Amino acid sequence: MAAVQETVDRVRQIDVDQYRYGFETIIESEKAPKGLSEDTVRYISAKKNEPAWMLEWRLEAYRRWLTMEEPKWARVEYPKIDFQDLYYYSAPKPKKTIGSIDEIDPEILETYKKLGIPLREIEALEGVVRPEGERRIAVDAVFDSVSVATTFQKELKQAGVIFMPISEAIREHPELVKQYLGTVVPTSDNFYATLNSAVFSDGSFVYVPPGVRCPMELSTYFRINERNTGQFERTLIIADKGAYVSYLEGCTAPQRDENQLHAAVVELVTLDDAEIKYSTVQNWYPGNSEGKGGIYNFVTKRGDCRGDNSKISWTQVETGSAITWKYPSCILRGDNSRGEFYSIAISNGYQQVDSGTKMIHLGKNTTSRIISKGIAAGKSQNTYRGLVTAHRKATNARNFTACDSLLIGDQCGAHTVPYIEAKNASTLFEHEATTSKISEDVLFYCIQRGLSQEEAVGLVVNGFVKDVLQQLPMEFAVEAQKLISISLEGSVG
Amino acid sequence: MTALLEVKDLQVRVEDREILHGLTMTVNGGEVHAIMGPNGSGKSTLSHVIAGKPGYEVTGGEILFKGEDLLEMEPDERAAKGVFLAFQYPVEIPGVTTMNFLRTAVNAQRKARGESEYLVPDFLRKVREVAASLNIPMDMLKRGVNVGFSGGEKKRNEVLQMALFQPSLCILDEMDSGLDIDALRVAADGVNALRSPDRAMVVITHYQRLLNYIVPDHVHVMSKGRVVKSGGKELALELEESGYAQYEDAAA
Ligand SMILES: Nc1ncnc2c1ncn2[C@@H]1O[C@H](COP(=O)(O)OP(=O)(O)O)[C@@H](O)[C@H]1O
Ligand SMILES: [Mg+2]
Repeated sequence: MAAVQETVDRVRQIDVDQYRYGFETIIESEKAPKGLSEDTVRYISAKKNEPAWMLEWRLEAYRRWLTMEEPKWARVEYPKIDFQDLYYYSAPKPKKTIGSIDEIDPEILETYKKLGIPLREIEALEGVVRPEGERRIAVDAVFDSVSVATTFQKELKQAGVIFMPISEAIREHPELVKQYLGTVVPTSDNFYATLNSAVFSDGSFVYVPPGVRCPMELSTYFRINERNTGQFERTLIIADKGAYVSYLEGCTAPQRDENQLHAAVVELVTLDDAEIKYSTVQNWYPGNSEGKGGIYNFVTKRGDCRGDNSKISWTQVETGSAITWKYPSCILRGDNSRGEFYSIAISNGYQQVDSGTKMIHLGKNTTSRIISKGIAAGKSQNTYRGLVTAHRKATNARNFTACDSLLIGDQCGAHTVPYIEAKNASTLFEHEATTSKISEDVLFYCIQRGLSQEEAVGLVVNGFVKDVLQQLPMEFAVEAQKLISISLEGSVG
Repeated sequence: MTALLEVKDLQVRVEDREILHGLTMTVNGGEVHAIMGPNGSGKSTLSHVIAGKPGYEVTGGEILFKGEDLLEMEPDERAAKGVFLAFQYPVEIPGVTTMNFLRTAVNAQRKARGESEYLVPDFLRKVREVAASLNIPMDMLKRGVNVGFSGGEKKRNEVLQMALFQPSLCILDEMDSGLDIDALRVAADGVNALRSPDRAMVVITHYQRLLNYIVPDHVHVMSKGRVVKSGGKELALELEESGYAQYEDAAA
């Protein structure tokens, strides 16, 4: 039997019960009643002790949402979602407000351990002191809908960096939240973003003041734990003039039979000379071998290079979810601003990925770079969808796009859908695309040298995605590399 | 003494066409065997079947390696047990540095044999030593596996791996193809340095030329899927003069 055929067969046998992150933490939780109405919105807002303006903002979004329709243009298929059959809010029942590690439910801590949250972060959670000079990562862990632990607060505070759950920011820094929330992704933006605006439960808020380089990587771990709880994260990151911050987002979710909806919104704003680097590793439950279950990941992520000479860079490693619908984008408003999108999207089993980016060139001399690596295995469908536009005033806009797809087996599909619009004669947009099958000869070469079939596939795929992996912060890259092997290996094992 | 490699009456099909029609040969430790034959006679097929490349159906006969049934083993297991194939056309693996590849492979083999992984400094020292003997600059090892390598560099990279893995059976498929005389000499010297009493080499070649550098103990002539004549090293010279035509008739 041909090597690729063998891979395909083994992929077919994925025992998803082995999904590494599929377990459930049994803790008491507090939920909003099922379904969505103005009352649900009020319930969530009240739970969060929100000021009246925030409730109003949510209600307006909710009313808008009632008039909207689900988008249908993506190359993904799924049964109709019954929005009245979901819970919109679920929180581990806190005894009191959580201030320190000791107060965190030991079961929750155990969950983090099972998740394989990098050791140093467990250490951080457990308050282990590390040697001076070692680079640290601050974690804001989102467990279902409530942030349960935030570390390194003090040091960040000294630098003037605000890093806290957005629900707290709404109460403690209303002026900043009001000034920026919804200015990149307006409440009316799209069906899922609007839904998020109405019911978002929690997420992260980051503000880096002028001239400050954030002293550590900021990191959030998401997890969807409750059955049938849509998770609606809302993240807002602002880098003020000359500021820099690198933000890491990692996610896992326990295994579920029912599909779980996840509709997050992430907004990034950079002012003059500022830079935000946003990295994601997403490995939510992809569904079982028959394509049952798994996360619906309908996310709106957008960055606004509002100031001159500012830069926003998205890096994503997407290996999980049953359906991914995600286009982290950059609005290049400031002159000389730069947008980057580096993506690895792996689909296996029955996963469907429709992901890409939008680079919208508005300012002069704006540049953007898109490097997308799609890997499709099993019976999955993997689509890159990208838009690059230059407006009339965007003189000398430059874009370089390279989309490479790798197919493992012959029952999967890779598709590239680039839209390019230049309304300015000085624009220079370059687009390259390749699609190839993983070569049997290459696999056999590796295997002849002693690698197992799985190791060979992992090695070849990691080589294929190298350009993107290099964009990730070091410690994240190592994990991502393992994850890539696991997501295909698990498929071959 | 058990032979290192015993191929007995091997019959192989590819896509319903029989390519090897009952091939027999025995290779003992310390020996160098040359397999010669015209294009299409089944030389590469034999090497692939020994290494376990998918796509070939063995319909008869057997292959014993150190007395064990080789055909029962997975190809990576064969590698760990000491079967090495230097490919006629080594592939390129973009994005995977040669150094990373070598380390992954060495450690995979060691793990399969129940040995501990190489420590990085030990590994580096070993690679440096071997690379120097083959005129391979360390810079080359930082590039993707075979990516942008010249023909000679690719073949030297094969010999480098052979020297690192220390296999007991080395099959060299058309090592001379695409090499100029200087490159050929470097590669052949590397191979000769690996000759040892507990290691055997099977050198597959179309031309006699290579055998001036790697001198065989035995020569087999293959034609149309069979060994049609075996002899000592003089057989290669004889072939050089008379060509393969007589054997094509013999096989038919
Ligand atoms: N994958 C394959 N599919 C079909 N025919 C093949 C395949 N591989 C080899 N053959 C055929 O088998 C015969 C022997 O080929 P090969 O072993 O490559 O010969 P050699 O190495 O001696 O030149 C040739 O006729 C060739 O066309
Ligand atoms: Mg050949």
